[in-house]
Amino acid sequence: MSTSQATTNVFFSGVGGQGTILASNLLGQVLLRAGYDVKKAEVHGMAQRGGDVTTHFRFGARVYSPLIRQGEVDILVAFELLEGLRYIDWLRPEARIVLNNHRILPPAVSLGKMEYPPDIAGTFRKHFGENVRLVEGAAIARALGNIQVANVVLLGTLSALFTDPGPEQWLEAIRELLPARHHEINVKAFLEGRGAGGI
Amino acid sequence: MKKILQGNEAIARGAWEAGVTVGCAYPGTPSSEIMSELARYPEIYTEWSTNEKVSLEVAFGASLAGGRALVAMKHVGLNVAADPLMTMAYTGVKGGLVVVVADDPGQHSSQNEQDSRHWTRFGKLPMLEPADSQECRDFTRVAFDMSERFDTPVLIRSETRVSHSDSPVETGERIESTLPKGLSRADAPKQVMVPAYARLRRVEIDRRLEKLEAYAEEEFPGNVTEFGDLSVGIIASGVSYLYAKELFPGYSFLKLGMVWPLPRKRIADFCRKVKKVIVVEELDPFLETEIRAMGIKVRHGKDLIPSIGELTPAILEGALAKAVTGKKSRAPRPRALAGDLPGRPPNLCAGCSHRPLFYALKKLGVFVFGDIGCYTLSVAPPLAAMHVSTCMGASVGGAYGAGKVLGREGLGKVCAVLGDSTFLHGGIAPLMDAVYNRGYSTTIILDNRITAMTGQQDHPGTGRTIRGEEAPMVDYAEIARAVGVRHVRHVDPYNIGETLAVLGEELERDDASVIITRNSPCILLRRARPRERFPHPHYRVQQESCRGCRACLNVACPAISWRPEPGTTAEGVKRKGTADINFEQCVGCGVCGQVCAFESIVPKES
Repeated sequence: MSTSQATTNVFFSGVGGQGTILASNLLGQVLLRAGYDVKKAEVHGMAQRGGDVTTHFRFGARVYSPLIRQGEVDILVAFELLEGLRYIDWLRPEARIVLNNHRILPPAVSLGKMEYPPDIAGTFRKHFGENVRLVEGAAIARALGNIQVANVVLLGTLSALFTDPGPEQWLEAIRELLPARHHEINVKAFLEGRGAGGI
Repeated sequence: MKKILQGNEAIARGAWEAGVTVGCAYPGTPSSEIMSELARYPEIYTEWSTNEKVSLEVAFGASLAGGRALVAMKHVGLNVAADPLMTMAYTGVKGGLVVVVADDPGQHSSQNEQDSRHWTRFGKLPMLEPADSQECRDFTRVAFDMSERFDTPVLIRSETRVSHSDSPVETGERIESTLPKGLSRADAPKQVMVPAYARLRRVEIDRRLEKLEAYAEEEFPGNVTEFGDLSVGIIASGVSYLYAKELFPGYSFLKLGMVWPLPRKRIADFCRKVKKVIVVEELDPFLETEIRAMGIKVRHGKDLIPSIGELTPAILEGALAKAVTGKKSRAPRPRALAGDLPGRPPNLCAGCSHRPLFYALKKLGVFVFGDIGCYTLSVAPPLAAMHVSTCMGASVGGAYGAGKVLGREGLGKVCAVLGDSTFLHGGIAPLMDAVYNRGYSTTIILDNRITAMTGQQDHPGTGRTIRGEEAPMVDYAEIARAVGVRHVRHVDPYNIGETLAVLGEELERDDASVIITRNSPCILLRRARPRERFPHPHYRVQQESCRGCRACLNVACPAISWRPEPGTTAEGVKRKGTADINFEQCVGCGVCGQVCAFESIVPKES
């Protein structure tokens, strides 16, 4: 369809509690300031209790639908490996992927009824080659002293996929949307994430 | 400057700008943020009401006193508030009264799927339906003016993809209402709905609807006609319009921002100018039925578009591409398929106080009449400890009613379980009924000190208002005693032995009883410092003694997982694997340790 060509589709997936919503809020702020129309959709409530969560994020000159069609994701930001794999068939062939190298076991795996899919990063690399950025988001956040900032680490890696807006605008959004006491650690997380994700 | 706002934030913003003075809600996904956002504006009185009916009645009083009032609820909340609403259509209002109802197509977080547009025809009330955050703000502002001008409550219908979508909004300043404050005794004939007066008001309703239809035709800014390719004319409202516009941008559109009353003349004019009329709507064929009833030929609608579940651009494209463009849609071929992956359903949090309580109920083999809240998740295996759940408060009457059939056979086998907020919302009246009519049911109140499922909203049992100010706190035990319950007990659910004993005694009792959990705040409720009550920060599995019996896995804690690794314990007992505790998720509640028969789960000092 013609209009969707002009719109870029970013899809966030993860597990409830990982902070996907904050990451997509920051992205929205950056792109609004850069002059884009922005729409995003997510589900709150029951879906948050450790279940899988997704955010549909779209930007362009004029965006109508808040939801992305399967097969039209330009950028996938997966906060957890299995939750990335779950949406692999939503990606365009040329899609770029930010993949957090982090596993959270779902109940069927915890109970020993199913296996956690092996080598998810390898699967992505096989199909998307150099477009995959594997990030040690959880490990970086833990080293910074708070596992919760893994979302901003991933945002940093995502930011490196954009030539414009540049890093200063992203940092400005972090300062604008987060309380001052959280600035220092989140700025660090962002910068570490921005430098991470080699292929 | 534009700001990105969530639909719910934009509704709150629109209400603030419209000079609203009172806001009332009972939380419910996807509507909850409307009131929590409105509460941020200091010049407005806001509250969490005990239920939606109360919300609407409070707002109605505020309206009669000359204030503008906003009420917000989810779709099933309007079922509760329907009683006052249907008669407020008769009385009309004084200050603008706007009722926001948020539907949940696809049931992301709801027990059923309702199309709230039906309330408008049923209640003879106007309804607006915004599509994005800008319209959420704009329509809410307009709704207050409409309400005062036409002397009626005005409904705004939102839904998950409107309430929980974010998009840029041009905002404005607050305009204070100029309506004088005060109550008028002279208005009694308009406001006391005894039959003689109500019959007169009934006539007014139809007059009002005529005026509203003229407003929909000529004035309401959200009804928009866009002519393009005239071979197809699409009539749509809300987010369905956005999907259709995205997929078929070149065609003609009639976008209805007001779904009742319908601008019939405008619809007829539009349909005359286009060759093929297609009605695009989510859930029920509401517009389609009305347009067909006008004698207009609708070429496509619910014959192609599903009535069940959420509409998405992909579903709409599959349904309509051929009918609109003449060409079948081609689904993009993915580079890789996801295959059969383990699902990730929502679960009770690690350390949640509901888990040990339901573990105990399962152990006792009790049939559980459940209710609406996080604890409904206990239906999922391996806990699988809930057997009915329909609507807020229904557990109490259900368990007591079943006892009336089972008689003494049912003693010890049936109970009702509901949360603190749910009990206050709808559990007190049925408890009274059970006692008055000599039922023997046991009602268990899970007191986690908050409305948890919807994201931690206060209620009359938490001792705090919506703004966090101190408030009188309900005493559940006193309520139970006051309605006549003679056996009121407390249990600490984290002590499984004590819980089993108390449950056993009360379930067997041939008299109504109430059990209230204590020491059981929501594990996410920071101000209650929930983790401080646990003596150890984490637990771990002693790998050398774990027999791999899986007893701890059956408490369904997200922190515990199975490690398949055949071998033997240090004592030489064969095992197929062991359990493992992820200390990043473990909060140290110690429930698994109580369940382990081999003392293999021990405190881990961090």
